[in-house]
Amino acid sequence: MDWSAYLPMILQGAGVTMTITLASIVIGAALAFFFGILRVEGGPVLSKIALCYTEVFRGTSLLVQLFWFYYALPLVGLSFEPITTGILVLAAHAGGYGAEIVRGALSSVSTQQLEAARALNFNRFQTLFRISLPQAIVEMMPAFGNLAIETLKLSSLVSLISIADLTFTAQSIRNLTLDSASIYSVTLLCYFAMSLVLMVAIRMIEHVVRRGDVFPRSAHS
Amino acid sequence: MMYGYEWDTTTWLTYTISILPIILIGLTVTLKAAAAGFAIALVLGLVFALLRRSQVKLISWTTAFIVEFLRDTPLLVQLFFLYYVLPNFGIVMPAFLTGALALGLQYAAYTSEVYRGGIEAVHHGQWEAATALNLTRLQTYRDIVIPQAVPRIVPAMGNYLVAMIKETPVLSVITVLEMMGLANMIGERTFEYLVPLTLVGLIFLLLTLICSAGLHRLQKALPKAGIPLR
Repeated sequence: MDWSAYLPMILQGAGVTMTITLASIVIGAALAFFFGILRVEGGPVLSKIALCYTEVFRGTSLLVQLFWFYYALPLVGLSFEPITTGILVLAAHAGGYGAEIVRGALSSVSTQQLEAARALNFNRFQTLFRISLPQAIVEMMPAFGNLAIETLKLSSLVSLISIADLTFTAQSIRNLTLDSASIYSVTLLCYFAMSLVLMVAIRMIEHVVRRGDVFPRSAHS
Repeated sequence: MMYGYEWDTTTWLTYTISILPIILIGLTVTLKAAAAGFAIALVLGLVFALLRRSQVKLISWTTAFIVEFLRDTPLLVQLFFLYYVLPNFGIVMPAFLTGALALGLQYAAYTSEVYRGGIEAVHHGQWEAATALNLTRLQTYRDIVIPQAVPRIVPAMGNYLVAMIKETPVLSVITVLEMMGLANMIGERTFEYLVPLTLVGLIFLLLTLICSAGLHRLQKALPKAGIPLR
């Protein structure tokens, strides 16, 4: 088949996939920290709310969530473009898994550290942002890396709510050319390449986090 | 009407009750697909894990590449690939089998890592002790390594089974009529998607909660010291 005609389409689809993935990862990470910290520090009511959020988004299938919000949001008067719905659902899904990662890492910080903070008269915010998070975030990075790759892979499902991502583009090209073998091989390779790029990016972020620049300990240390 | 069950859309409650039998038929398909996929993943994953431990570099590297490729590409595209490309090679399978195979292949990549981790987590002193005691390779695996690896492997495998159950709705795109495919079809005919989709979501939530509770109990019941094979 003649690739020159289809290459721009594929690249455009890959661009949409990358946009959706990155947007979902960023929003998802924010949700993960918000609900993960609530789980640990939120007190009886707020931590229960955070628990409900993680259980619902981890316990129901992503595809069900996508279709549900695709049909439900217009009924409550929120009509987004499908791509916005896709990003929000994917982000909420990643956030649910991410919140568990944040919770796990925060609760693995040794109690002696927390006791020391208390002895030094740190308040809860200082303890969280100066003691717990700087140590926990290093533990979170490998799991967050896996979650990012997972999000890239799951982003292919948004093609089913009519978003023209890489998978959707592959489907349309297949319908035009009927050459399934080539188009799906190229699509799989594209996703593989994007995963590798994402992995390298995560390694770089991990490196920065390990150096401790995200939460500087103090100005004069 | 579907499978002989008429739906009644007067209120959401009658609607839910009337479509419940149809969705439950879908649930059996979901569970069957997950069971078939998981069986494939368990066997193929072990094959991948053993090939990866091979002394021949070509075999271990090729396997590593295949596992990495399966792990880093979306299930949906793998599914389309199998569904549309296999018939070109004269392999025509029912959609259900293609779906189970796709699930199995993707999760074999995950389970192979679990097997590998389980085997490598056995302390190297154990291997040395086995050598010192003059045990054969088969005896070492059967009596020393596998009994200690199993308690580490089972919980992780359980998590992947739950994850796989949640991914079966993807099979609906290749016309497998599992729960969500049926919910969407009911929605198309009644123009009322939310009730069937909410029902399916709740069933998935219930399934996951039951499975995690079961896994938790299983994990506690497993002897930490290992499970003797003889």
